[in-house]
This record gives sequence, C-alpha cells and structure tokens, in this order.
Amino acid sequence: MKCSQAAPDVETGAAVADRDVAQVEGEAHRRKPEKITLIVHSGDFDKLYSAFIIGNGALSMGMEASMYFTFWGLSRLRRGRLASGPLSKMHLLGLGKLMVKRRMRKQRVRPLEEMARDFRELGGKIFACDMTMDIMGIKAEQLHQELIDEYCAVGTYIREARESTVTLFI
Amino acid sequence: MSCEKEREVPSVAEIKVDCRGETCPVPLVETRKALRRAQPGDIVKIVGTHPSSKKEIPMAVEALGLSLLGIEEREDGEWTIKIKR
Repeated sequence: MKCSQAAPDVETGAAVADRDVAQVEGEAHRRKPEKITLIVHSGDFDKLYSAFIIGNGALSMGMEASMYFTFWGLSRLRRGRLASGPLSKMHLLGLGKLMVKRRMRKQRVRPLEEMARDFRELGGKIFACDMTMDIMGIKAEQLHQELIDEYCAVGTYIREARESTVTLFI
Repeated sequence: MSCEKEREVPSVAEIKVDCRGETCPVPLVETRKALRRAQPGDIVKIVGTHPSSKKEIPMAVEALGLSLLGIEEREDGEWTIKIKR
C-alpha cells in the first residue's frame, strides 16, 4: 500500500495483459485463417474429385480455400459438364469411368455437383480464367455462374497464392 | 450475486448430424456445416462409421479452437463425437 500511487497503474497494466492473453487464447480460431489455393488445370473426372475433396477438407478444417480454374479445368465449369471429364488413367473409351462411377455410387461418394455446392457453402472461392474463356470461345453465360466469384487472370492467382500456405497444381 | 448470474444460462441446443455409411469427405464437411449453423455454446453431435473421420474430426475441432466433449465407439465401428461450439 506504500506504493498506492503507482500500484493502480501497475495492476491495471497487468490486468489488461492477462485479459489480452485470455482473449488471444480464447479467440485463437478467429485470427485470419491459413489458406490453400488450387489451380485446377485438368478436366479429368478423378482429378476434379481430388481438387474438390482437398478444397472441402481444407474449409472443413478451418482454412480458407480458393480454386483457380483454367484450361481443361475451366471447360468443366460449363453447365452440366462438371462430371463429364474422362478418367486420367484406364478410361477405356468410357468403360473404365463407368466402372469407377458404379463403385463410387456403391461407396456413397458424394457427386461432384454436390461437392462444388459444399465448397461454396463453406466459403470457398472459385475463379475462372478469362484468357481460357477467350481461347476456347466460352461465354460467361455458358458457365455455372452461380459457382464463380470472379473472372480473372494470373495476377489474381498470384494474389491468392502469395497469401496461401499451401498451393497445388492439379 | 455471481451465482445468480451463472444460473442465467442461455438454452443450449444440440445439433445432430447422421453420417452413418458416408465416406470422405462427407463427415468432415457435414461437421463443419453444422458448426457454422450452431450458436456459441451449442453442442454438435456427429454419428458416423467412416474410420478416418473419427480421427480427423477431432483434428478439425482443434484447428477451429473448439472443445471436444467426447468420442465414443461401439464394437460395430459406429462412433459418436460431441463438440461444443
């Protein structure tokens, strides 16, 4: 009590520090989350599955996620084409894919269209490469516009990638 | 006085998620969806059979900074995970 003049300041400082620490610990999950950015270059059926499973897994575990669709991947964003790609291996003129799809149904693997909706519902962002649209003559109205956040170019991918701890080329 | 305040606990909802028979990544995704819908303090209870999800849902809970209230597993492999939002 001898230091009655100084004590209140010291105590206040300590109390504030304690409260800050508690706040930081309690709200650790509210800090800016880590991010994953995927380039979806392939339009293959199985690789699209990989991309959406990884994207949805990341979102489910508290990361942010962005998918940048380009070339054959972008082509899969045309209406009704999401699951129309071939298998990357053992496609066998469609016979291999038919067998894989049958196995997937049996194992209750969620269809790609639903995975894409889940990705959006959990806050994932989808970017469409506008150069690919020009090369392939794809108009925005031909695409699943409800899934797409932005029509853009490499600069947007780099902006997303430089903020990411993980980036994959699929 | 503080006791009285503690008694004024807001009602806590329990949200149930049935992922029995579902495979990767559905149990994880449905858990996340339920946690997003839940209010702070609510309990999310997930029932499933996919073995890896039993390990991975707790990893997600830790990453999200939430509390894992318990994991139970039956002999037939069906598990139940409880999370507090």
